[in-house]
Amino acid sequence: MIEIRNLEKSFHTASGTIVALKNIDLTINDGEIFGIIGLSGAGKSTLVRCINLLEKPTAGEVIVDGQDLMTLPKRALLKMRRSIGMIFQGFNLLEQRTVLGNVCYPLEIDGWKRADARARAVELLELVGLADSQKAYPSQLSGGQKQRVAIARALATNPRYLLCDEATSALDPNNTAQILELLKRINRELGVTIVIITHEMKVIDKICDRVAVIDKSEIAEVGSVAEIFTAPKSEIAKELIFPDSLAVKAVTGGKKLRIVFNGEASTLPVISNLVLECQVPVNILFADTKDFDGKAYGQMIIQLPDDDRKAERVIAYLNTKKISYLKEE
Amino acid sequence: MDKILSYFSDMFVQLWENGYIQRGIWETVYLTFLSAAIAYAIGLPLGLILSVTDEGGIRPIKWLNKTLSIIVNIFRSMPFIILMVAMLPVAKAIVGTSLGNKAMIVMLVIAAAPYVARMVESSIKEVNAGVIEAAQAMGTPNLKIVTKVLLPEAKPALIVGAVISVVTILGYSAMASTIGGGGLGALAIIYGHQRSNPDIIWFSVVLIVIIVQVIQEFGMWIARKCDKRIK
Ligand SMILES: Nc1ncnc2c1ncn2[C@@H]1O[C@H](COP(=O)(O)OP(=O)(O)O)[C@@H](O)[C@H]1O
Ligand SMILES: [Mg+2]
Repeated sequence: MIEIRNLEKSFHTASGTIVALKNIDLTINDGEIFGIIGLSGAGKSTLVRCINLLEKPTAGEVIVDGQDLMTLPKRALLKMRRSIGMIFQGFNLLEQRTVLGNVCYPLEIDGWKRADARARAVELLELVGLADSQKAYPSQLSGGQKQRVAIARALATNPRYLLCDEATSALDPNNTAQILELLKRINRELGVTIVIITHEMKVIDKICDRVAVIDKSEIAEVGSVAEIFTAPKSEIAKELIFPDSLAVKAVTGGKKLRIVFNGEASTLPVISNLVLECQVPVNILFADTKDFDGKAYGQMIIQLPDDDRKAERVIAYLNTKKISYLKEE
Repeated sequence: MDKILSYFSDMFVQLWENGYIQRGIWETVYLTFLSAAIAYAIGLPLGLILSVTDEGGIRPIKWLNKTLSIIVNIFRSMPFIILMVAMLPVAKAIVGTSLGNKAMIVMLVIAAAPYVARMVESSIKEVNAGVIEAAQAMGTPNLKIVTKVLLPEAKPALIVGAVISVVTILGYSAMASTIGGGGLGALAIIYGHQRSNPDIIWFSVVLIVIIVQVIQEFGMWIARKCDKRIK
């Protein structure tokens, strides 16, 4: 378990003090995939770097497996870091080492015998599907392959945690999907707790169990992914989940309704039945619904008819069907 | 051979037959490489300390970095010919003489070590900060970051730097001949210039150019060969 208590981090620069994090309280449970999402500059990287103390917090506590990392002596901290793997947006492989050499690196640091290290590295390369590329150098690999090597390297010392800082942000959609799939497998099969930093909602959507939304150095909200997707409370969460719906708000006039799907069987019958029963044409301005286990979650913005009576009929219909909605300006 | 020598001045023929020219070539090469080796023995650790203790380095130590940096700058900003004169007593203190090849090596090392240090520093600073961060995240102690990350990752840049340093030292070595050291520089000055034998000057120049070319080409070939980033 990773517990972050009252964490604060400020940077002192020539142009003054920058508060990168404040009032951060988070608990990341064993076995989960925990997402941290926020806009660029929100403080995500700083937060994840505080978890393995690459960045020393200005105040607060970082407790991993009951150990307050801030109180650990230097050597113990280095040892502790070997139980927290980390991967990065830029892969950060040793360019002058082969793929195998890269995966052996953390084992060398950990004092493994050469033969044992190689055997373990091969095992990991098999896990990430790169057993054939042992002798290749990073420059000969694609982005997706490089990230696989980085994952193998991060897992070499059998860490209980894996921190991922924008691990898929430099990859195309296809490679992104594959890397996320691999991370999910590592979580399920090896029981590694994963912390994923991203600015992309689709990454959270795809593999996270819980998510923290971070905005301007503070946690805006924390909850299960389903919760936050269906009923985002903070402005920032709404913006991240439905970035386009804000644009709709800006460009179109008239009364609008935001329909929220909380796991009804499907989105489609709701709208078609509404049209049929109310006898009003409905203009869908925006729709972003997702499927979790065959149930629909997400939101849709429809334009209400200008005629008030027709508009009321639509609302009445939604009420009787117990479909949640919000009136939009 | 006699046919070729017949095109040269008597002085050249005499020097050649006594083996002076051959010795000049050898002295240039060995003085350059020996000085470069000693300059690296001092400059490499110095350059490492400069990069590691810098603000963005893995172990910032402001006072140490500033102090070393100032010392390096002082030596770097002095023109070689002046540095040489100023360092005569130092040479005497270290090797017991302020003349000849031994003194010349001291001069070359004093001039080149700070140069090498800056060269090494900039090569090390080119190492991707992300890679260093990854090494730290894997719990690497600082000393191992130096030996297992910084030096191996900077290797191609370090070799290129070494080639440039050696060529620079070779240039200095010709100037250092004025304090009585040997090499092609001494040959060109004493027998070519002072005794008005232009063929000796030009012959030395051509030889130095060839030596520089060989070092340059060979060094760059090694640098390319060991760099795993391209291909
Ligand atoms: N080493 C540093 N020195 C000064 N400011 C920093 C440093 N690292 C991060 N910051 C600042 O902290 C804020 C948060 O940065 P970061 O954690 O990288 O954000 P994110 O990863 O969410 O994009 C930014 O304003 C950034 O400029
Ligand atoms: Mg970031």
